[in-house]
Amino acid sequence: MSYQRVKFYQTGTFTVGNRLLDESDRTVQARMDRTNSLNAGHRACQGCGEALGARYALDAVMRATRQQMVAVNATGCLEVFSSPYPESAWQIPWMHSLFGNAPAVASGVAAALRAKGRTDVRVIAQGGDGATVDIGFGCLSGMFERNDDVLYICYDNEAYMNTGVQRSGSTPPRAWTNTTQAVGTNPGNPMGIGKNLPRIAMAHGIPYVATASVADLHDLEAKVTKAMSIRGARYIHIHVPCPLGWKSDPAHTIKVARLAVESGLFPLFEAEGGEVTDRTPIRKKVSVEQYLELQGRFKHLFHPRDERALETIQAIADANIHRYQLLPLKA
Amino acid sequence: MKHHIEGSQAVAHTVALCRPEVMACYPISPQTHIVETLSRKVKAGEIGNCQFLNVESEFGALSVLIGASAMGARTYTATTSQGLLFMAEAVYNAAGLGLPIVMTIANRALGAPINIWNDHSDSMSMRDAGWIQLFAQDNQEAADLHIQAFRLAEELSCPVMVCMDGYILTHAYEVVDLPTQEQVDAYVPAFEPVQVLDPQDPVSIGAMVGPEAFAEVRFLAHHKHVRALEAIPRLSQAFQDIFQRRSGGLMDTYHTDNAETLLLALGSVNGTIKDAVDELRKEGWPVGSIALCAFRPFPSHALRHVVQDAKRIIVFEKDLAVGMGGIVSSDVKMALQGLPIIVDTVIAGLGGRPIPKASVIDTVKQACLEGLEEPHFLDLNWDEINRELTRQQAQRRSGPTAENLLREVGPPGTKPV
Repeated sequence: MSYQRVKFYQTGTFTVGNRLLDESDRTVQARMDRTNSLNAGHRACQGCGEALGARYALDAVMRATRQQMVAVNATGCLEVFSSPYPESAWQIPWMHSLFGNAPAVASGVAAALRAKGRTDVRVIAQGGDGATVDIGFGCLSGMFERNDDVLYICYDNEAYMNTGVQRSGSTPPRAWTNTTQAVGTNPGNPMGIGKNLPRIAMAHGIPYVATASVADLHDLEAKVTKAMSIRGARYIHIHVPCPLGWKSDPAHTIKVARLAVESGLFPLFEAEGGEVTDRTPIRKKVSVEQYLELQGRFKHLFHPRDERALETIQAIADANIHRYQLLPLKA
Repeated sequence: MKHHIEGSQAVAHTVALCRPEVMACYPISPQTHIVETLSRKVKAGEIGNCQFLNVESEFGALSVLIGASAMGARTYTATTSQGLLFMAEAVYNAAGLGLPIVMTIANRALGAPINIWNDHSDSMSMRDAGWIQLFAQDNQEAADLHIQAFRLAEELSCPVMVCMDGYILTHAYEVVDLPTQEQVDAYVPAFEPVQVLDPQDPVSIGAMVGPEAFAEVRFLAHHKHVRALEAIPRLSQAFQDIFQRRSGGLMDTYHTDNAETLLLALGSVNGTIKDAVDELRKEGWPVGSIALCAFRPFPSHALRHVVQDAKRIIVFEKDLAVGMGGIVSSDVKMALQGLPIIVDTVIAGLGGRPIPKASVIDTVKQACLEGLEEPHFLDLNWDEINRELTRQQAQRRSGPTAENLLREVGPPGTKPV
């Protein structure tokens, strides 16, 4: 198989990329010489945040490595919608083994490259939040601890969407899923903050950790590009809305993702060697309610209004804003 | 050159000569001496540019090898018992993907109750995973089978388990003729993968396959094993040509000509069985024995040919299909269907229980004179069993069975086994 030619539907317009930026800073997707890691024709749902995030992330890796890359994929939506035999949408060497072992498989690819003395080819691993924070967590921690030369990308849609929306260790407090139903005295996911994998990754002291969102694809590309300039274990956690599981309008995927960032619920930051080195300030702070009310999975917080839940979720956002200094400090 | 050497050391030394490129290992007794030795060899730079990864679990170990093998590297690991169960999902995956990984199984019992001693329950639990399973009779064969395993695995693009009895072989010091690098290089060619993650020629490996092609993919996995039935004896002969000794092959026969009763077993117990055959022959019993080396693929056709004139086969097996009986004997019965041959199942050696020659001889005589119940358990302590059954009938909360039996039996060594 050889690489297919990319079709430019928007050639000659300024809709992709930012014409005000210097050409070298423009988004990878805006370049005439870009490649496509994930081709059109795959079977993701309308408005899928993961498909968007994965294509931008991997296209950036392709560009950073001059197409000398290998991708390892955990079982999950991304694997299923992209690969039904014989209709693979992947334009790169791509491997799927199991749900819980993508980090270890990628470690093996990296080890094989070391054994063969090849420094030109790089490996990335990717999976959803279930594969990352739950079932593959042991292998991921092992890969971090050994500092294997792997970039692991988690596409976090906050539940097991491929199996039909069940709770994961990344499901936010009070969210409805099919295993945290909106019934009883404490409807939705029991309170708690879930597993904060970016911070757990930082605790391993690995060279690079970042969070990103499909609401800021230019920032996402920049972080992936930066990650690929570094050797060793790297981790990027990308927030990807899922219209199916979040019960949100597919047309609102970017809007919902942006409100998560602007409310402080999903802080965007970078960390090197375990220390936060940069963060994206919130331009215009919004309340968590504005984020939550666009999603049917939180409907029970508004009918009737659950003030205690809303206050607790707002407190989580405020704590993030304080921790990562997402707003200018008041004089 | 001949060395007086521990089985694990012999295997580690031999694996190193096979020029592995990536090894990922996790400690579990009784395979640890193998990977400890290999880790030292890698660190000392004795195995070229080989990478040795200390991983977080057996599941991680085999998963690392899945990635490394798909990247075109020669890969190796060792495990046993609970470790093999913990990597079970990856065991099936490696075979399903057709990755030629070689793994030593230092055969050990499965818990509960936890038991570190030898039987074959672990590798038997993975018998349908799609791996070729070869069983070594002694440490010379254990070492030699690894050389054959790399060539066999890579020729067929199919993973191979080399099974050697935990402690009985792994920790036993025997004289082993260790090969030279030149001999191994002459036998094991460079690894030419049939599929590889190559940016110059990108492919998707591990795609989802639905009902339209799944059965065909599984058939082709079976077909690979059918081809292995031809490859295993051929590679054993090619081995003999270079190394001047016989190792491996589908099976090893002992006094099978004109034998009315044949004993069949896997692994190191064949040493005891051959001694038993010698004694029985001296007493005039027309017996012989078969040591199965290849358990997967199962050499049905070759077995039928060897046993066609026998009247009875007694399968001594170190495993138990709970609720059914024998695992090996079931396969033997399947292989011999239609032939007028009685197949007996003797469950023996579970959890490291010794299989004394006298017990083997008594069992053979009993089988030939009176017949055996199916399955027959060798040397069971019926007093202990009956006391526990009585306790269980007497009261609902009879307590944990294993602890009750241990209390009766007393500390190790205080009562004769």
